Amino acid sequence: MAEHREFFYRRLHSLLGVVPIGLFMVQHLVINHFAVYGEESFNRAAGFMAGLPFVLLLEIFVIYLPILFHAILGVYIVFVARNNTRTYGFFRNWMFRLQRITGIVTLVFIAWHVWETRVQIGLGNVDLDYSLMEGILTNPFMFWFYVIGVVSAVFHFANGLWSFLVTWGITQSPKSQKIATYAVIVVFFAISYLGVRTLIQFAYGV
Amino acid sequence: MAEQSTVTFIITRQDGPDSAPYEETFEIPYRKNMNVISGLMEIRQNPVNAKGEKSTPVMWDMNCLEEVCGACSMVINGTARQSCAALVDQLEQPIRLEPMSTFPVIRDLIVDRERMFDALKQVKAWIPIDGTHDLGPGPRMPEKKRQWAYELSKCMTCGVCLEACPNVNDKSNFIGPAAISQARLFNAHPTGEMNQSDRLNGLMEDGGIDGCGNSQNCVQVCPKGIPLTTSIAAMNRATNIQAFKNFFGSDNAH
Repeated sequence: MAEHREFFYRRLHSLLGVVPIGLFMVQHLVINHFAVYGEESFNRAAGFMAGLPFVLLLEIFVIYLPILFHAILGVYIVFVARNNTRTYGFFRNWMFRLQRITGIVTLVFIAWHVWETRVQIGLGNVDLDYSLMEGILTNPFMFWFYVIGVVSAVFHFANGLWSFLVTWGITQSPKSQKIATYAVIVVFFAISYLGVRTLIQFAYGV
Repeated sequence: MAEQSTVTFIITRQDGPDSAPYEETFEIPYRKNMNVISGLMEIRQNPVNAKGEKSTPVMWDMNCLEEVCGACSMVINGTARQSCAALVDQLEQPIRLEPMSTFPVIRDLIVDRERMFDALKQVKAWIPIDGTHDLGPGPRMPEKKRQWAYELSKCMTCGVCLEACPNVNDKSNFIGPAAISQARLFNAHPTGEMNQSDRLNGLMEDGGIDGCGNSQNCVQVCPKGIPLTTSIAAMNRATNIQAFKNFFGSDNAH
């Protein structure tokens, strides 16, 4: 494997984006959606997740390390691309560019989001409950920051899923790649709804 | 019908590999059914620029003049393509000619495509048949396979796919789509298949297939209509399997 280090890292990057990071993101948004059913419901669900056995180990190996690796290599990948949508404005070339833009936006968003929630909870400054998110999201600026962050993350995941299928040689024929495009569009809208609906609940209580 | 009398070319020129590029405008008499190359030949015949100053002939590369050899690729009105197949009547004027930016410029519109040949060496895009004795005829190729493999064999190493690829540039070491498709071509051949792991391992070296970011520009711009992205996806699968074989398997030969 040593002589194919770059290949291995790029394949790992692709894999980690879906498992566990993508799965974690979907799970995170599903759990948060409990907020729509009421404050009590959200607090119970969030409390359950926070009370999982070995929660710190789970966080480190399922969330922090994979995201760190994906982010660091991802920034490098963004850096080595020379975008040319102006000359070659094809759909996939735009997706290529948006994948890189949303990657950076998502990185900024996640860094801020983790600092504001998980780190502050860890430091004992705030408590993990409905009112924490309500406090953050009733600020209109933060609400829109979160909307952009969540939609970016979901786009990055959905389009990344499409690339994942190609990178692992699952969708090879143009037809299968086209159908995969439609499938990930559905994924994008479905999961975006899940995330944004929760944000609206926290911000406006509806 | 009012015939236009002149054709304007704005050409990005460069006197040598290390000199600075500059633009020069030429106006040449219009003829029916001109292509970009016949325009360049006209300039060569009478190298006087639009300001009426005596200039030097514009240098370019060409060979077959029928979009088969790939030598005359250049960026025409922003898009990389073969200048022999670029008809003046179908182009917006003024016609802007630039050398392909992915490759080092030798002079004017001539670029050095050596990196493409290095890429073919990296993936061992040939079939070793030499032996110390007559190896006899190789296995036969199924007709259905021959049909799609023939499409891949149309690659003329023209460099247009590399020029259009956002991941082929001076910041990255990605070999580009052409060589990946060639690895698939030679792996499809019944004799070439005997060395398929060599080519797949070549694709897994640094700067290999992992540099693809799926922008899929290559398949859109390929003048020969080669299904490059299908080749890349197929080689993605093959290299993944090879990687597992290399690590977990006991049979490294094949």
